[in-house]
Amino acid sequence: MSEMTYAEAVRSALAIAMEQDERVFLMGEDVGTYGGAFGVTGDLIHRMGAQRIRDTTISELGIVGMGVGAAMTGMRPVVEIQFSDFSAQAMDQIANQAAKIHFMLGGAVSVPLVIRAPGGSGTGAAAQHSQSLEAWFTHVPGLKVVMPATADDAKGLLLAAIDDPNPVVVLEHKLLYRTSGPVREGAERTPLGVAAVPRRGTDLTIVATGVQVSRSLEAAEQLAQEGIEATVVDPRTLKPLDEETIAAEAIATGRVLLVQEAVRTLGFMSEVAALLSEGEAFVHLKAPIRRLTGLDVPIPYAPQLERAVVPQVEDIVAAAQTLVREW
Amino acid sequence: MNAPKIAEDAGRARESLRTMWRIRRFEEAVEELYGRGLMHGTMHLSIGQEAVPTAVCQTLRRDDYITSTHRGHGHCIAKGADPESMMAELLAKETGYCRGRGGSMHIADTATGNLGANGIVAGGVPIAAGAALSASMRGTDQVAVCFHGDGALGEGAWHEAVVLAAMWRLPVVFLCEDNHYGMSMSSRRAFGLADLSDRARGYGIPGVSVDGNDLQAVHDAAAEAVGRARAGEGPSLVVATTYRWRGHSKSDKNLYRTREEIEEWRAQDPIVRFERAVLEAGTLTATDLEQIGQEVRSELRTAVQRAHAAPDARPDDLLESVYAEVDA
Ligand SMILES: Cc1ncc(C[n+]2csc(CCOP(=O)(O)OP(=O)(O)O)c2C)c(N)n1
Ligand SMILES: [Mg+2]
Repeated sequence: MSEMTYAEAVRSALAIAMEQDERVFLMGEDVGTYGGAFGVTGDLIHRMGAQRIRDTTISELGIVGMGVGAAMTGMRPVVEIQFSDFSAQAMDQIANQAAKIHFMLGGAVSVPLVIRAPGGSGTGAAAQHSQSLEAWFTHVPGLKVVMPATADDAKGLLLAAIDDPNPVVVLEHKLLYRTSGPVREGAERTPLGVAAVPRRGTDLTIVATGVQVSRSLEAAEQLAQEGIEATVVDPRTLKPLDEETIAAEAIATGRVLLVQEAVRTLGFMSEVAALLSEGEAFVHLKAPIRRLTGLDVPIPYAPQLERAVVPQVEDIVAAAQTLVREW
Repeated sequence: MNAPKIAEDAGRARESLRTMWRIRRFEEAVEELYGRGLMHGTMHLSIGQEAVPTAVCQTLRRDDYITSTHRGHGHCIAKGADPESMMAELLAKETGYCRGRGGSMHIADTATGNLGANGIVAGGVPIAAGAALSASMRGTDQVAVCFHGDGALGEGAWHEAVVLAAMWRLPVVFLCEDNHYGMSMSSRRAFGLADLSDRARGYGIPGVSVDGNDLQAVHDAAAEAVGRARAGEGPSLVVATTYRWRGHSKSDKNLYRTREEIEEWRAQDPIVRFERAVLEAGTLTATDLEQIGQEVRSELRTAVQRAHAAPDARPDDLLESVYAEVDA
């Protein structure tokens, strides 16, 4: 284990994948000399060369589409969408091409493409640079979707995504880039489709994604001081989803709080709630499933407004208290 | 051109200087507030590019439209916005142009025809073409000017909007501010053209490049393109070559360019160049110039103070802010 930031962990995974497999290369806006808008690629261009760390024009549709073409023909491209919001520009290539080609062609080819995209609010970048769009991608059959919440998973999930023969969307969170944590040495993978349970308690089960995982863990610490013990589940991969772990942890406490930064309506946690309601967990629940989500509004600019529209630690604490006390 | 030069007309020279200084001082104030941690979010400053919006907006009427970009403070000011309401927006105040919801990247003053800055590169290009379509369908002679950066030329949206505008001969001017870089990507490297206005030929529309730090040159090229649009002769591409003095945004380490290059362009300061032209023409005196500078400085100081004192943007009606009200 060594301590590194989430951004360094992503960079480390990219470097390892490129060293291990000459088919792996990177394309994106300002990923070369500039080092990436969030400093993620850093000095990679000096280590790997401009052939493999390719600065593009501002052309998201072209970037992803060329990734699809390269992936279909023997390469292992990793493309970066500078802000996940700009996946909107590239959506045809993501949803209509990358996701469907393997199926439409009867399995004759696959599209081993990784799309990395930072998402999330908290930086004052307002409505077009702050969204949490995981539901868009999770809604499209053919895509795999991961949301690393720790530095170790940022590295491990990315390595697994690059190995995978399918298009994988890796949604990193901007606020996490500078956070650090212990990261396994070498080329250790975090398998896709396996949830993490970073904390276990007896009173309720919090399922959270992205930046809400660390917020939930912080909330759990506060709750523990008043005698409420929470389990925290981080699905890590949204598609394919580790339904078993989520259901088992829900059954173990009988109370479920689902926390996401994304807007409420038809969000990823709506799906988790539906799965739990349909499954065995339902009969073990002591309380209705509760969602704590972003408000159904675009992310506003003003800091006091921006904070108000996505769940904060104190909101998680309050929601958990209500759930445990009232049920 | 036989028309009198701006520098030779005291009134127009004064107005031009006021606008350019207003933009520069506004940007400097933003930079300072940001540096002191008093401003949230990110910022894209247009210092060094002031002549472009100043000159272009002089060729427009108040009811003409513009679309703007992430680097949009200059466009907004030049089209006639009030710096105090802009500053209030950036300071997250209820009195800001967007009630604190938009910030720098979405600032807009629709009353003066500014349909908005945009956080999406080339996001405003089809919107400008659409405003031009609307003007022509409504039978007005309004014109839309689409300010965009060189980087926008890489986007599919730019291509599609220009194709449609050309087909329908819409009253729109695509005004490319070529400040040499799209973030770190050099526009020369990106597009392989010595003259970016060569692009226009492939779309069947007129294209011209001008020295974007020469107020008069930008004005003349814009006047011609706007005139053509207003006369129903269709869209044009005007490329104003200029330079961004500051980093792309707060996080730029300038690894992709040299200090010497930046210095070379600072020596081409569009405001200094215009002041020199005014002095040479004998239209205004050095004392006049000094006075204009002072006036703008105190105007901006007041704007910042008043913006600071305004009430903070309120979160209570956020949910009600998403949809327009349906008429009863
Ligand atoms: C669709 C999209 N892609 C990428 C970005 C990130 N980005 C913001 S500004 C910018 C550079 C734009 O360059 P240019 O159009 O030349 O304008 P300038 O910044 O030079 O004024 C980039 C890459 C964005 N905002 N939108
Ligand atoms: Mg540019």
